[in-house]
Amino acid sequence: MDQPMLEVADLNVYFGEGDDFFQAVNSVSFKVKKGGSYGLVGESGSGKSTVLRAISGLIADWDGRICVEGKVLAPKRGKAFYRKMQMVFQDPYASLHPRHTVDRILSEPLGLHGIGDVETRVLKALDDVGLGKAFRFRYPHQLSGGQRQRVAVARALMLEPQILLLDEPTSALDVSVQAEVLNLLSDLRAERNLTYLMVTHDLAVVAHMCEEIAVMSHGKVVEVLSVDQMRRSEPKEAYTRELLMASKGYDPEFFAGEAV
Amino acid sequence: MNEQETLLRVEDLWVRFPTRNGIVEAVRGISFAVGRERVGIVGESGSGKSMTGRSILRLVRSPGQMTAKEINFKGDNLLDYSERQMRDVRGHKISMVMQDPKFSLNPVMTVGKQISEAYRLHSGASRGAAKRKAIEMLEAVQIREPERVYNSYPHEVSGGMGQRIMIAMMLIPDPDLLIADEPTSALDVTVQMRVLAIMDKLVKDRGMGLIFISHDLQLVSSFCDRVIIMYGGKIVETCKASELHNAQHPYTRGLLAALPQIDEPKAKLEVLDRDPAWRDQESVVAYD
Repeated sequence: MDQPMLEVADLNVYFGEGDDFFQAVNSVSFKVKKGGSYGLVGESGSGKSTVLRAISGLIADWDGRICVEGKVLAPKRGKAFYRKMQMVFQDPYASLHPRHTVDRILSEPLGLHGIGDVETRVLKALDDVGLGKAFRFRYPHQLSGGQRQRVAVARALMLEPQILLLDEPTSALDVSVQAEVLNLLSDLRAERNLTYLMVTHDLAVVAHMCEEIAVMSHGKVVEVLSVDQMRRSEPKEAYTRELLMASKGYDPEFFAGEAV
Repeated sequence: MNEQETLLRVEDLWVRFPTRNGIVEAVRGISFAVGRERVGIVGESGSGKSMTGRSILRLVRSPGQMTAKEINFKGDNLLDYSERQMRDVRGHKISMVMQDPKFSLNPVMTVGKQISEAYRLHSGASRGAAKRKAIEMLEAVQIREPERVYNSYPHEVSGGMGQRIMIAMMLIPDPDLLIADEPTSALDVTVQMRVLAIMDKLVKDRGMGLIFISHDLQLVSSFCDRVIIMYGGKIVETCKASELHNAQHPYTRGLLAALPQIDEPKAKLEVLDRDPAWRDQESVVAYD
């Protein structure tokens, strides 16, 4: 097998100390190949977002091994790391600075990394995510939810990373807008051979976006299945089956009989 | 719909908000009726679905203005009621479950006190009787150890339990109509299904009417008997929930096509093309 683009082995993440000690992620391992798209699904508290945050360096207290293109990541991430990997957050209403214009939001990563040619790059980025140059000097409150998420995607792509970490990128959006953003993400992946690691609670969305899916519950991966296995509804674990059923709508027979 | 009895009939409902840039019309002349059945109101953000729910209880806050020809609830026009009379309707005859239990429960009052207060207010029962009834209700929404939960504060319970407590509180005065505004969207999917199953059972057993407001087409079509689809403050289409896949209106069809499906892979999702003409179409009358 080719060298994986991203490899996570035996990842553990801890929060708190003493009485508050809590292990949020317990021995999670997976590999994502170059140009691949890998999905982590689970409910709140399953640790799926924590895995992303540990990879991106937003959480300090973890152990295990995270490799990007075969190189083990140091506990402290350098600038070079962030040119390789960027993250898109869940809520575009919260992840964009309300008092910065789109232009400033998009040029900031370039400034931090000392990249010139700002104007052309900003205009190109806006164009790439389907927003015209008319949007350049707007503030986030002048944009709709879908447009904001496009700006967040554009910002993540400013440094031309190879890996995008997507944390529930469409859960705050209406379905018709979700379709636009998912299409944009698929197109960008195809054009640039990007590698995606996507976290979501929506099985239909992962089935659409990802080739391989890991189901998480209580900090552990309970099952890994390919998208085809999922489409054929062939989960081995009861928990995965329950998630699958729930994503297909309300089924009185399946859920009514159970005690909560 | 269930022909025997129409519980609620709303005729020509408008909700307007005056702003600096003129009047914003959130709901634009809709008419619908609800019997002892489950009616789903679906729409995207800004479609006016939540405002419709609030208008029924006359809960649109100033400067918002609500007008209608009639909001007929069991033969009486709610628009003619005084504020005092409305207080008797709210919670007692028509109750409402909101989206997030975190914001609808009082954080400094025990769960049990809140539930029994809701009951005492409308029934005038004694403290002891109210407590017994509250615990019975907590059992009905399948809460284990109802005694313990009765004495706990809202921050001590999980989201799914909080929403079940809300449902218990709303159903304890035995209303005729329950309005549920996105009652489960703050919950995890598997918890969501269990809460729905409980609500479904209670509504059925008591023969109540239910207005279920949601953005989730798939959920509404599998949970409700009848669906009303709103767009731009108007009703664009109404149909039996089981017939939703045969929907005619391009907006409904577009919404259905935009949903990714687990068992039907597509290379690209369809993107909804919004036709400005939809906003100007006549609102569909959804009496049955």
